[in-house]
Amino acid sequence: MIAEDATTHSGETEALLDRLDAIAGSIAAQAAADRERCADELVAVGERVLETWLDAKGLVPTDGRVEGFRLLALHRQGAKGDPSFNACRESCRELIYQANCARAAGTGEDATRHLRLASMVARHIVLFISGKLVEAGLGDFCCSSRTLRLSGAEAAAGERPE
Amino acid sequence: MTGKHKSVAYYPGCALEGTGHAYNRSTKAVGKALDLELTELKNWNCCGAMEVKNVDPKLQTYLSARNLQIASDMGFKTVMAPCNGCYHNLKKAEYDLAADPASREVNERLSSKAGHGAYSPGEVETIHALDWIKDSIGEDGLRERVRNSLKGLKVACYYGCMYTRPRHIFPEKDKGPGSESTYKPHFMDDLLQAAGAEIVEYPLKTACCGGAHTLSDSDTSTKLVLNLLTTAEACGAEVIATECPTCHTGLEMHQVRAEKVLGAKTTVRILYFTQLLGLALGLSPRKVGIQENMSPSRAFLAEKGIP
Repeated sequence: MIAEDATTHSGETEALLDRLDAIAGSIAAQAAADRERCADELVAVGERVLETWLDAKGLVPTDGRVEGFRLLALHRQGAKGDPSFNACRESCRELIYQANCARAAGTGEDATRHLRLASMVARHIVLFISGKLVEAGLGDFCCSSRTLRLSGAEAAAGERPE
Repeated sequence: MTGKHKSVAYYPGCALEGTGHAYNRSTKAVGKALDLELTELKNWNCCGAMEVKNVDPKLQTYLSARNLQIASDMGFKTVMAPCNGCYHNLKKAEYDLAADPASREVNERLSSKAGHGAYSPGEVETIHALDWIKDSIGEDGLRERVRNSLKGLKVACYYGCMYTRPRHIFPEKDKGPGSESTYKPHFMDDLLQAAGAEIVEYPLKTACCGGAHTLSDSDTSTKLVLNLLTTAEACGAEVIATECPTCHTGLEMHQVRAEKVLGAKTTVRILYFTQLLGLALGLSPRKVGIQENMSPSRAFLAEKGIP
């Protein structure tokens, strides 16, 4: 079902990639005061693409927080019943980490560096999720435990005679 | 040096006999240079990789359990698997058999049919090549043995997404100082740093490379890999060190494809961490299989003073 809806969502993920290009292009020139806003915007891009994934699955994106961050709550919601989605779990955490470092660095060169890294991590999350919108199984090779996470009745193994 | 894994059973897996041959060659060469004994499993079989689980996940568990049983029959308590896929599947089989009675029952039935003993969880510990060197030689031991320091070489360590996922099949990780982290793995960073390399901060060290869909959806894989490569370059890396044959091949192939299809040229080199360690230990490029890599690095390494 997700693959059939891919065209619907591809425009949105393309727009997010364009937005990331624009943010990445402006990081070096940004005034110190804008850097915090830039960190917020990069996290918002991550949240938006996770919302797109949840929309595609017919779910209402949560407003909850995990460890204080909606991005991580959205990721957890997106991974429920689909452990291969955890292939972007650490990237989501890394985006939060780099954005936090950028905020903490204030006005120094470090802030610019962390924002650049955050934009690259955000890009990877957008690319991964846009890939999964086309190929739901993306990341699946990387998660052979799929059946462990599903209930016995749902597990593919349980549906097949041994 | 702890000597913890001085003599272990070796499970190369199918990839290391094919596209990952340089990883096989360099792993064995490094083991020899470090006086670590590797004994290849006799008559080993595929771990089940990605295909078998789609037929029946319990069959995959059995296939990996058979390899563990061979290690046990050969008298080993530890089996080392350098491939992330094999490592993951052996760990998963261990978990399945300990946690799921139905998996145990299928394993016992198939083992009996095949005429060998059924593996019981807890008999053999599965480790990765990173654990093997880290636990048996350690950073200090490696530092003492370095003959050609990797000094001046800027390296991004890429672990891929299977080395740490799912967390529950790796109970030994995240145990505090000295243990590996599933959030930010560092064993490869530690070892290559001890060999003299300059490790750059790399925020995508566990990100997906799109390996599963490299043939069915090549464009997605190419875009994911291109982002891994450009990020490594933006972090100042001259080399991406890998520890998984699937990731390694994907990075090499899609680096070429990204240039051909997307017009995006990247120059970061891709080398197995065992190749880098081997060079640091004084082994020749040929000995560690540099000539087998698709990513050209020989001239670059020579420029860096690494023969």
